[in-house]
This record gives sequence, structure tokens and C-alpha cells, in this order.
Amino acid sequence: MRRLVALLPVGFFLILAGYFAWSLRPGYDPHELPSAMIDQDAPAFDLAALTGDGRVAREALKGQPTVVNFFASWCVPCRVEHPLLMRLAAQGKIRLYGIAYKDKPEDSNRFLAQLGDPFKAVGIDRDGRVGLDFGVYGVPETYVLDAAGHIRKRFVGPLNEAAVNKELLPMLRQLGGS
Amino acid sequence: MVCRRHGILAGFSVFLLALSVFAVEPAERLPDPALEARARVISAELRCLVCQNEAIDDSHADLAHDIRVLVRERLTAGDTDTQAMQAIVRRYGDFVLLRPPVKPSTWLLWFGPIALLAVGLIGTLAWLRRRPAVAAQPLSDVELAALDRLLKDDS
Repeated sequence: MRRLVALLPVGFFLILAGYFAWSLRPGYDPHELPSAMIDQDAPAFDLAALTGDGRVAREALKGQPTVVNFFASWCVPCRVEHPLLMRLAAQGKIRLYGIAYKDKPEDSNRFLAQLGDPFKAVGIDRDGRVGLDFGVYGVPETYVLDAAGHIRKRFVGPLNEAAVNKELLPMLRQLGGS
Repeated sequence: MVCRRHGILAGFSVFLLALSVFAVEPAERLPDPALEARARVISAELRCLVCQNEAIDDSHADLAHDIRVLVRERLTAGDTDTQAMQAIVRRYGDFVLLRPPVKPSTWLLWFGPIALLAVGLIGTLAWLRRRPAVAAQPLSDVELAALDRLLKDDS
């Protein structure tokens, strides 16, 4: 019994050390917040489209699993993830909508003209209000919506190959199959 | 000359101080002082998600500005303080609150330190209670003799 008590601090240390080691695991970013909107209706929005006179509204997104990407021409990580979005769109694997967050339409247009346009349509969120409703706290952010328009997943920061292959595509397959 | 420079320096420091205290821009303020005061109280409780350790009231981040404006919109629309705060929590989750709410998932956070203190106190008490029994043992004759010898040797 006495020996067990003497070992108590060691056990306590091991628990703490284990927790710290777990927090240092690769790919973990403590600044990345879980979305509060998971499994809830995507907030309603109705934005002017970047090209043409059309609108981009929440209702148009429903019916199929959809990916919504918040980007901006002034955002450097958006340029990093853009080639990946282009590739996914070219492969026809995802139904991708864009929302230009706090960006001048002419700048968004130049951005897409330079790097290519992977989006089915882009809504202009000039004052960032739709972003605020989604809970965006920094671009790029990418949301997965199911056919009913519920938010199922959020990716904070630039998408990468691993996140797309391990999480995004399997989730879309699962949503599409059900 | 020196005096004058100090004056400017002091003025500048006061200016800097004012900057750090109020991130709220004049254009954001509500005309109604009572509503504005409520908005300020709420803002002090909300975390800026960009800087993550500043209240939106102190932060110059764009997002903090947006949230301040949203809080004021809600208040102007007739929300209570709790409703206005809930509007932000709905979007950003409990993390946006600088004071985390007490609920099962945060019990460890709230009561963990108290539990640790209690464990420490109980442990210390148990140890203290056991110790006098050992300390109160009188010296044996052999030990007394040895002590005498040592004391004599010294003198």
C-alpha cells in the first residue's frame, strides 16, 4: 500500500506526459476549432453571383452533397489549396461552390482568371456576413453539406491531399450513398 | 525643451494607452448609451477567434469588428444580453466565451483544481497524523549513552 502511494506522483506524471505527447502529435493544430454548426442547417444566404446576373443561394445547394469553399484573393493559403480544388473539380469528384469572403469582385475575378475556376458558382460575400453566419474565422474554410443542406464537416485552413483523401472524399461517398 | 519633450512623450503614451483600451471604433457605437453599455459588457465576455486570447472588445482583428457589430445589431433588434450572446455561441461554439459554461464536459476544467487540492489536503493530513507516532519515541538507553559520550567528547 505504501509503495503504491509513493508511486502516485509517477503515475500522475505519466498521465500528464502522455497528454502532452498526444497534443504534440503531427497534424494536430490546437488553434483549429471544431465547428459549432455541425449537423445543423447551413445558414440561409442569397448572394449575387460573381459571374453573370444570377444569385447563389442556400436552396440551390440542396439536393446533393455539396462542398462550399470560402476563399479570397488576398488570402495566401487559398492560393496554396487552389490547385487541389482545380484537380478535384476536373475529376468531377465534388460539387464545389465558392464564396468570395470580404473580397472585391474584380479581385476575385482576377484570382480565378489567373489560377482557374473550379467552382460551379461563386457568391460575393462582400461584407463577410455569410461567413460570420457560417462561423468562419479565417479563410480558407471548407464546409461539407449533405443533400438536405446540413453542415456535416468543416475544414479550417488550406485543404491538403491527406485531408481530401482520408476525410473529404470518403465523407462525400458516404453522403452520396445514403 | 526637455520638459516639452516629456510632455509630448506623456501625451503619446496616453494616446497609446487609449488605443489599447478601446478597439471599439466610433462608427460601431450605438447612439443609445444604455444599449452601447450592454454591448460593451457582452463584448468583454467574448473571445476574438483570430487572436484567441483577447476579448473582441480589445481586439483590432476584422472578425472582432464583425462580431461587435453583430452583437449591437442583435441588441438593437431587441435581444436580451443572453440572446445576443447565444447568437454568437450558435456560430462559434462555447470556445467563443472567455468564461466557459459549467456543464458535464467542462466539470474537469472547473472542479479539477479543487479536486486536486482536496486530494493534496487529504494526503497531507494523513501524513501529518501518522508522523507524531514515530517522532514521539523516546531515546533508548543505548542511544542516551551514545549521546552523552558525543557531548562529552565535544567539550
